[in-house]
Amino acid sequence: MPQLSSTVRLVVNGTAYDLEVDNRTTLLDALRERLNLTGAKKGCDHGQCGACTVLLDGRRVDSCLLFAVAVDGRSVTTVEGLAPGDELHPMQAAFLAHDAFQCGYCTPGQICSAIGVLDEAAAGWPSAVSDGTAVLDEDEIRERMSGNLCRCGAYPQIVAAVAEVWRG
Amino acid sequence: MREFAYTRATDVDTAVALVADNPGARYLGGGTNLVDLMKLGVERPELLVDVTGLPLDEVVDDGGTLRVGALVRNSDLAAHPLVRARYPALSQAVLAGASGQLRNVATTGGNLLQRTRCLYFTDPAKPCNKRRPGSGCPAIRGEHHNLAILGASAHCVATHPSDLAVALAALDARVLVHDLAGPREVPLDDFYRPVDDRPDLELTVPDGALVTGVALPPLPMAAGSRYRKVRERASYAFAVASVAAALDVAGGRVRDVRIALGAVASRPWRARVAERTLAGEPATEAAFAAAAEAELDAARPLRDNAYKVPLVRDLVVGVLRDMAGGPP
Repeated sequence: MPQLSSTVRLVVNGTAYDLEVDNRTTLLDALRERLNLTGAKKGCDHGQCGACTVLLDGRRVDSCLLFAVAVDGRSVTTVEGLAPGDELHPMQAAFLAHDAFQCGYCTPGQICSAIGVLDEAAAGWPSAVSDGTAVLDEDEIRERMSGNLCRCGAYPQIVAAVAEVWRG
Repeated sequence: MREFAYTRATDVDTAVALVADNPGARYLGGGTNLVDLMKLGVERPELLVDVTGLPLDEVVDDGGTLRVGALVRNSDLAAHPLVRARYPALSQAVLAGASGQLRNVATTGGNLLQRTRCLYFTDPAKPCNKRRPGSGCPAIRGEHHNLAILGASAHCVATHPSDLAVALAALDARVLVHDLAGPREVPLDDFYRPVDDRPDLELTVPDGALVTGVALPPLPMAAGSRYRKVRERASYAFAVASVAAALDVAGGRVRDVRIALGAVASRPWRARVAERTLAGEPATEAAFAAAAEAELDAARPLRDNAYKVPLVRDLVVGVLRDMAGGPP
């Protein structure tokens, strides 16, 4: 009988969890259904909307398209792990200050993605609208954030929030 | 989703042996396409062999040939200094595709092996000759506005969705594969089978062959190469047409040229007719147009995708004109 489940260790927001998972379990479902970390959202469940974005070893990824078993041993940061204690992460504070959401469903993914964008830009990664030497202006932010949909249409405020954190 | 067993490959030979002997086994790389297809029920593997732990994640300059490991993530490929300096069209093509999140996970090898996004292929409730041989192709009379105009058949009109592979096709890349007989290199242009009457058979390499990387030969004119993509929204969408090209002009004439087209065929389409037509001709807009039109003589558009013919023509002309004119 083939083994259809696996034991995995996920280090989530700094805490290690050992879980027995059906191999079909995505990282998103493990976070939400097993660890009760419901910040990352299931929007499309096909990598098209970005609501499930988390940071995997510091890089932004769509957690709905990763099997938990395939990220055994790796470190995950979800929106719940961004702020130490009660102090907001600067990106969270900027989203509040700029009213960068309406219903809030896409917001945890937007925030995790935006943090990834800033790291990528700081590393000099190019984008489809520049060679990587540009500052994060509106065109850059819109291109780099295009994997995160907001059906309420809060894009102008999201761009403003990300731009503010980029400027520091 | 069907239940599946999972194992981590520790070396290439073992991985190949596991998958080559088991038609129900699939390699798992980044999984950004495979996991989605499993959710849709298009792929129903009984065993996933995770290859992401294999040492195939480096970009190496091998005496002028750039060797890119199959597990190099799209983000790292696009940002790599040697790729950006020597083959900018490749970096541009990668960045023109998917989203930041997907590029952080998707691999170079997986990109070449991704499946068509034809609506009928991705819906198991529909007939599709690529997914279920002999069941028919509803796309030919149905929703095909973004399907093939070149090289299709009466059995399938699907397009290959990759941007990256289009740049590789223009840059004379070779695909490094490893099967039960061992490692070998296949020109990218010979890696994909013609459609004919078996659209389910997409590759010329045996089932279970593992793509271990791609090799980009030295091509000085590629330092000025470009990729341009047309899509239905400004970002994060598959192409309706794209072109990768490199051009060498001397004394006002075309000394050498590479052109490949995307989103027009079941494979990245190397435009060899256009290249031959252009060789030695004046580097003028009229000559570029004549070359594009020569290639497109073979186009057989469907009811709703004839718009791609003039679109591709204008794309080719625009990119060549920009390159002939120097940096923008």
